[in-house]
Amino acid sequence: MYFESLGALWDMAGHGPYVWSSYGLFFALLCLNVWHARSQKLKALKQAKAFVRRNQ
Amino acid sequence: MTQSIWRMPRWFHQMGSPKWFYGFGGSLQPWFALAAFVLLTWGIVWGLAFAPADYQQGNSFRIMYVHVPAAILSQSVFLGMAVAGAVGLIWKMKVAFMVARSCIAIGATFTVIALLTGAIWGKPTWGAYWVWDARLTSTLVLLFLYAGVMALNQAIAERQIAGKATAILAIVGTINIPIIKYSVEWWNTLHQSSSFTLTAKPSMPADMYLPLLLTVLGSYCLFVLVVLMRTRTQILQTQSGTSWLMQHRDITGV
Repeated sequence: MYFESLGALWDMAGHGPYVWSSYGLFFALLCLNVWHARSQKLKALKQAKAFVRRNQ
Repeated sequence: MTQSIWRMPRWFHQMGSPKWFYGFGGSLQPWFALAAFVLLTWGIVWGLAFAPADYQQGNSFRIMYVHVPAAILSQSVFLGMAVAGAVGLIWKMKVAFMVARSCIAIGATFTVIALLTGAIWGKPTWGAYWVWDARLTSTLVLLFLYAGVMALNQAIAERQIAGKATAILAIVGTINIPIIKYSVEWWNTLHQSSSFTLTAKPSMPADMYLPLLLTVLGSYCLFVLVVLMRTRTQILQTQSGTSWLMQHRDITGV
């Protein structure tokens, strides 16, 4: 590891708040996108199954 | 002669079939999910903890490993959306319009990430979160274009007409992409030039450059994954009465 300790990794010589908030945003927004796509897919699957049941 | 130019290969026509796309897309999805997870985790751990600090910017340069992939993807996704829209317009493929629609939210997300992480990076580097620099302003215009495409797509209830209108706006909007790319050369800007090109040798050492390559590739895989998921969802929504879907194992569970 480039840093001497986990504390130094967290602090990043004073740049920690900038770096960690950027990574947090990247992950939060991309996870939100995947979660939304997945929940829409599950909803559509449920509706398609209900359609098939109604028409059987 | 004209006919031979416009005759497309078999796989191209297959891609236009909702049934084929649903099945093939479903088999690709887990691989793209795995690739996105591995590449992003590998690139980010390497970039955050193992890459050396920049001699000028110190540790704030590590923001590059999320900012640059987001910025590259924000433009690539817009181009991809315009190409899918053009395919839909030219060959009248419904699936192509669905793919274009699937690009909107993920493209807008990458643009928001690029703008926000760029603003955060700007503070320790330039001393300001925002400057009306050509690169930043043209990227903000890109976000407005995504918002316009999204609003237009949702405002029209008839899916085919919405697809056509979205495609035209996306094609016209691509004029902004070369403006973003060359803004750092055409105008005097605070923003640095490209950290990453396909044609030139990287100016950074491999320890700094390779994590970036991994996060860019991982972001592309994540984009493909989300587009596959959203396109398959639209196929489920629009094909619910068809016999192939009623007999598909996703619906029957067998």
